[in-house]
This record gives sequence, structure tokens and C-alpha cells, in this order.
Amino acid sequence: MRSEWNGFTGGNWEKFVDVRDFIQKNYTPYEGDDSFLAGPTQNTTDLWAQVMDLTKKEREAGGVLDMDTKVVSTLTSHGPGYLDKDKETIVGFQTDKPFKRGMNVYGGLRMAMKACEDNGYKVDDEIVDFFSKHRKTHNEGVFDVYDSEIRKCRTNHIVTGLPDAYGRGRIIGDYRRVALYGTDFLIQDKLAQKESFGTVYTDDVIRGKEEISEQIKALKELTAMAKSYGFDISQPAKNVQEAIQWTYFGYLGAVKEQNGAAMSLGRTATFLDVYAERDLAAGTFTEEQIQEFIDHFVMKLRCVKFARTPEYNQIFAGDPVWVTESLGGMGVDGRTLVSKMSFRYLNTLNNLGTSPEPNLTVLWSTRLPLGWKQFCAKMSIKSSSIQYENDDMMRPLHGDDYGIACCVSSMVIGKEMQFFGARANLAKCLLYAINGGVDECTGVQVGPKYRPVEGDGPLDYDDVMAKFDDMMEWLAGVYVSALNIIHYMHDKYAYERIQMALHDRDVKRYFATGVAGLSIVADSLSAIKYAKVKPVRNEQGIVVSYETEGDFPKYGNNDDRVDEIATYVVTTFMDKLRKRHVYRNGIPTQSILTITSNVTYGKNTGDTPCGRKHGAPFAPGANPLHKRDTHGAVASLASVAKIPFKDAQDGISNTFSVIPGALGKEDQVFAGDIELDLSK
Amino acid sequence: MIGHIHSIETCGTVDGPGMRFVVFFKGCPMRCAYCHNPDTWDPKGGEDHTVEDLLAQYDSLKDFYKNGGITATGGEPLMQIDFLIELFEKAKAKGIHTCLDTSGVIFHRDNLELLAKFERLAKVTDLVMLDIKHIDPEEHKKLCKQPNENILDFAKFLDEQGIDIWIRHVIVKDITLIDQYLDELGYFIGGLMHLKALDVLPYHNMGEVKYKNLGMEYPLQGMEPLTKEDAIHAREIILNGARRRRQEIKNT
Repeated sequence: MRSEWNGFTGGNWEKFVDVRDFIQKNYTPYEGDDSFLAGPTQNTTDLWAQVMDLTKKEREAGGVLDMDTKVVSTLTSHGPGYLDKDKETIVGFQTDKPFKRGMNVYGGLRMAMKACEDNGYKVDDEIVDFFSKHRKTHNEGVFDVYDSEIRKCRTNHIVTGLPDAYGRGRIIGDYRRVALYGTDFLIQDKLAQKESFGTVYTDDVIRGKEEISEQIKALKELTAMAKSYGFDISQPAKNVQEAIQWTYFGYLGAVKEQNGAAMSLGRTATFLDVYAERDLAAGTFTEEQIQEFIDHFVMKLRCVKFARTPEYNQIFAGDPVWVTESLGGMGVDGRTLVSKMSFRYLNTLNNLGTSPEPNLTVLWSTRLPLGWKQFCAKMSIKSSSIQYENDDMMRPLHGDDYGIACCVSSMVIGKEMQFFGARANLAKCLLYAINGGVDECTGVQVGPKYRPVEGDGPLDYDDVMAKFDDMMEWLAGVYVSALNIIHYMHDKYAYERIQMALHDRDVKRYFATGVAGLSIVADSLSAIKYAKVKPVRNEQGIVVSYETEGDFPKYGNNDDRVDEIATYVVTTFMDKLRKRHVYRNGIPTQSILTITSNVTYGKNTGDTPCGRKHGAPFAPGANPLHKRDTHGAVASLASVAKIPFKDAQDGISNTFSVIPGALGKEDQVFAGDIELDLSK
Repeated sequence: MIGHIHSIETCGTVDGPGMRFVVFFKGCPMRCAYCHNPDTWDPKGGEDHTVEDLLAQYDSLKDFYKNGGITATGGEPLMQIDFLIELFEKAKAKGIHTCLDTSGVIFHRDNLELLAKFERLAKVTDLVMLDIKHIDPEEHKKLCKQPNENILDFAKFLDEQGIDIWIRHVIVKDITLIDQYLDELGYFIGGLMHLKALDVLPYHNMGEVKYKNLGMEYPLQGMEPLTKEDAIHAREIILNGARRRRQEIKNT
């Protein structure tokens, strides 16, 4: 066994790239409580004060402190950057200094220029010239192929947020591989993969081999990048500090190369805990030191920044990076995957204070150890910064080494990825069905000129449903076409070299689509079915509003009459997506998870038969419409829970806020079984 | 049988153990000055429900209630005791944990026909959350327009029946936040052998707006919500009283 691996239990992972096998053979499940955790060191507190100071300056400067306008960001584009070299135990910034945003051009030149201009900067003329004349971008490629129908769908907002001018993101490199193996081993593995294609040169083989060559170059550049910080990552990490540093370098390479819509970290904690346990046992590091490494690592993750436009920030409600780290969960063998490191990650919310990034996501199972559940609850109450996802639902599908990209997209680390596909506006699709493909806001014939609803009498449910079905069929087609073009071009002009270098050769690609406006569609169809909905037309005869007489069942009240409509719509649209040809043998999935863009959707969608007015925001994700759920939270959750996961595998979100008092009794005031010992 | 129900809360987290399906009954004979549900006083109105349809709703959500159950509250559920008995009997037959949140004001031991109903109800009730509004008979009348002797007797009845009891007590400045009364209350509940919890409820004024909407005058106009410190203090005084009583029982 290699000396860096001394003390580890060997196995398949020694010979092949197999991080899960390493974890399973070596990790220590932790079932205790949080009492072992260490607070921040003085260096941590000092460094964090520096970050807070820079954050303040950035805010005062209007949102951006500094931007690179001359050097295109690549793995090796910038020299090393530090906060305070002597105090940092984990190092590395995207550019040569903290809070200076790099310039990513390969996604699209216009977007890069606009991101600079909107923040008061200007991209260097030479760069503009080069990317105009000599090097095509993803964005240019896409628009070379888009047809007029797709363009109309975009400008009329029935298909929105497409990653055709910015990085698609949603790919998680297995950054742990850098730590466990070092880049030399990974390069050898990639060289062998390249040979494994054989010599029948189909399009797929040519592309596959070219991509692997790019991956190898990226691994070499990553090694050079680490070297500029004084580290040799060509060899495996020797202790926990190096393991964290190597892992972070892998991630840093990704965020230097890609300004993606979500740049998630994966599932690193319990992997790193193997090193921590070995070092604690050998006396190499103390608990306080290990917590300091994690605090500094997380501090770096909180400083990841991209150059973005105000429009982008509007869609995503801020400037998120979605550095999602998936914590805990259960193993398929029944042992918990919670380790002491899982606790240390959450403890950063104590040591550095609360923050939306990294997006700490607890994979929740009813079988998690009690001490962990209690710590999660405690930290949630304290920080409101923890996201929870259902491990019991995802584990049967992905096993026990999957992670979350962005907010809900699950994928096996290093083995699966996704083609991010934004979303289609189903509420608008219903209005197109009523108006025969004419947009209710712009009056433009966007969809096919199908027969619209005729006359001024109440809408007939069967008639509208038949028309809606036809219109969904059309929408699924045009939507998937747009995505096929986008991902073809992204692979060609803005390929994620370093992230894909940290994947297996044969990757399962989810082709992720999404829908917006589910509760509007469900309530609208319910209104048409159970109440009387009369169309109101404008001078051109376009239905622009609705008069509704009588009451109708509303989604969000555990009422099957309408919940079944919601379920039907999800399954039907998914089936229509499945019929389509999909780029690179992708597996179509669907999400119902608009979390941040509901105001924008509302502005661009006219009156709907459910009584919602033009401009009123959509409900988030699969949420019921605002104030339509009147039977309490559980009934509302039960409606959402009926949506079949198999037809919305990329995630179903339900945004839900409660005041703490509504979650249970104040334990200092309530005296229950244990406290009520009257014998004292 | 039809029950008159004010509303249903499917996500009840403060009315008994675990997460609960909470049924708010219509109608209450008490007129507590601090009541935050005056809209439940009138026995008329509300929604009509059968036991079957309530339990069907419960069934469709039962995954959420694994560590909880059903709670009858209101209003005063005992005003519809026949419906309540049917609800709890059928719930119990399905293995559902039953909890009654009550003021006990309906209870009268000398009414034998009524007593028989209470005994039948006791057989299918896992937990009673008894809200003792005030330990002092005169103060109780002032606060709620009803005597409290039968309420305290109801507490003893529950203890005889071997039903788990939580005592709830609303703490209001100048009304119940008086050490002497808190101690007396503690002394009384210390005598209940099936006491399982003390639920001190700090007064809040969130009910005030409902009075306004109903066109009624709010009796505690201007009363400040109770602070957490005062609630913790009240809890300690009550628990001390209860401990004194337990000590006495031990000594005899």
C-alpha cells in the first residue's frame, strides 16, 4: 500500500478510482452528540473579520468590489491569492486576490461584457476582439442554430431561464478524488480510458476521446495551479489538512473555469472524516486544529464569487453560487453516514456565524442517530441556514454516495451529471391552449394555430383539457429542442473539463427539465370543472381575463378532486418529454422547483382561470397558491406529497415557513415527563 | 351523529404530544377574559361533520401523526359529549391516541346520567389537558363567570379513572401571576397521581383582533403579553407547591 494510505483498510479503491469503496471500508459512524466540538481559533476569528470587512466594502461599492477585465479565467490564469497567508490553513482564491471576480467568457461574450458594464467595468478590447473573431462561445453557437419558434418562445416567456447565454452548472466533480489519489493517478486512469474506446471512430467516440484529452490537460493545469500555492497534488493527500486542501483545489479549479448556475461541492464531510480520525488517533492534529481547517475551508467556499448581470440576479434572487454540500444520510448497509465531520461542518455556523453558502443540506432519514437529529434541530433554530432533503426517498434510487446539485437535483457523485434545463411555464401553456397559441400578453402567435376556445359561454372542462393536452405536446417538443441545442453547444464551446475529469468515463446524464405554475394550472382546471368560468375577451378576441362564479376545490387542502388534476398534469407532461429525442442519450427528468423567480413569472403571465390576476406572483415550486390552503400545513404538505417522485425526479419543492412557536412548546416553560419529577 | 365543528388544524404541534389532528368544537359556556377563541363560544354555526368524515381525513394524513394523534378542543368539546364519545371510541378502535383539551366545566358528579357518559368517555381517552383557569373560587368566577368547584372535582375524577393529566394554566399579570394562587394551584395538582405535565401558557393578546372582528369589547384591553421570565417564575412556584404536596403525601 502507498505510504499516504498507511492505516487505511485496503480494497478495490486502491486499484481503481472508487471513493465510495474507500469511505465504506474506512469511515467511523458517529452516534454521539455535539459536546466534542471546538470553537473558533483566534486566527479564524481574525480571518473572518477580514472577510466581513471586505463584504462591507463590496456592499458599499454597489455589489462588486473588483473585477478582472483583462484576463480570462482559467485554472492557471491567476497567481495565488490570500487573505493573510500566515493565518490561513486552507488557501486559494479564484483570482489573485479575495473578492476580485474572474471573467468567464466561454459561456457567452455578450453576457461577460454586460456583467462588467452593469457593474461599472469594461472588458478589454483585445478580449472582445479575440472572442468575436477567433473563438466562438457557447452563446453564439446556440443562437446560430435556434429557429424562429424557439426564439419566440423565449421572448414571450413560455420557456424561461434557458442556460443559453451563461454556464449551465449543476455538475458536481468528485473533488474527493484529488485528495485520495492525487492527479498523477487520475491522469493515468484517464489515459487508460482514452485507449478503451477502440478504433471505430463514430461521432461519439471522437467526441469522447477529445473530451478525455481535455480532461487530462485540465488535471495537469490543476496540478500547476496547486503548485503556485506551494502544494504538490500530483500525489495523494497525507493528512486531513492536505485532504481538505486537495479537495478544495479540485473545487476551486471548477469555479475558476465555470460560472455555472449552480456549482455544488458534493458529499465531502464523511470522506474527510476518515483522515481526521486517523490523524486524531496518531496525535497529528487536535480537534481544535481540525475544526480550524474546516472553518477555513468553509470560509473559502463563502468567498466564491462570479461576475453576473442584474437580470441574472433577479431570476435567482441574489447572487447565489449554490455551493451545496450534502451531509449525513444513511448507508445502504444500515450504518449511518453521519460522522464527526458532519458535525464540524454544521459547527461552522457557530464559529463563523450564519450564512446561505455553502448550502448545507442534511440528507434526512427517520433512522438518523438521535444526537445528530438534535444537533441539526438546534443549529436550524439558531441559524435558519440548513436545508433538509429526504434521504429515504433518494437512497433507493441513487444508493448512498449521491449529492445534491443546486437545491434539489440528486446525482451519484462522479458517476451521474445533469444537463440543466430551466423550465417551461405550464400556466402560460394553459392560456395558449385557450387562445389557440396566441400569447395573452403580447398578442403574438407563438404556439401552433390550434383551434382556440370559442364563444363566451362558461369554459368546458373536457374541451379545455383536450386543447391543453395538444398544447403541452407542442411545448414539450419545442422545449426539448431548445435544450438539445444548448447542451450540444455547451459541450462543444464551454466544456466543463476539470469537473468531468473528476467523473467516470461513462456518465449517466440526466436531461433535466422543469415546470412552473403547477398550482395555477391545478386550480384553474379545478375552477373550470367545479365552478363556472367565463372568458373575457379584448378587442382582438383574445381571452385576457376570466369571471368565475361559485367555489371550487383548491390545491393544497388534501382534496383529491383537485390534487388528482395536479398529479395528472405532472405525469402527462413528463410522458410527453419522454417521447422526445434527447441529446447524448440523456434521461429526461422534471422538476417542480421554482424557488426564486416567481415574481418574474407572475409579471409575464396574464390572468388565469383560477382567479389570479396578471402580475400576481406564482407560488414557489409545488406550493399551493398564496392563501389558498386553508386546512393547515399538514393538509397542504399532503397535497404536495401526492405528486409522484418518479415523474418529478429532479425535485419537488415546497417552500414553507413557520414561526418557532408554531413548532412546539418552549422547553423552559413547559414541564413534561422528565422535568416533572416532583420527588425532588 | 353530527358534530358542530369550528375548524380543523391538521398541523397541531402545541395541543398534546407529537403532531396532532386538532378538532376545534363549537360552543363554550365559559367566558374567560383572556379567551383567544371567542369565535368558538356560540354553539351555532361552524361546519357539520360526522365522525366518519373526520376520521377519513385523519386517515389520509396519518403518516404525519405517527407520534401524535387526535385532539378535541374548542370551544368546549364536552358540550357535545355524545359526539365526542363517538369520535374517541371510533378513534380508539383504530389505535389512535386521543387527547381532550377541556376546562371541565360541564362535569357534575351528582348528575348520574352525565357521570355515566363521563365514565364511558374516560375509557377511550388517553390524555386530558385540563385547563384550570384559577385556583381560587371567587377569582375564578370573576375571570370566567363560572364556579370552579366542579372543575377541581373533575381533576380528581380523572385521577380516579387513571387517565394521564396535563394541567394547563394561563398566566396573566395581576390575575394569575400571584405567588399565593400559583402555590395553591401547585399544591392542588401535586395531589393528582396521574399528573404528567404542567403546561404554563403565557398570556398573549393575539386574540384581541378576533373580538374586534366580532364587534365585541376586549376585556383585557391594554394588557401586556407575559414575559418569558414571568412564565418561568410561575412554573417554578407551581412546581414547588406540587412538591410540597407530594412530600406531605409521602410523610403520611
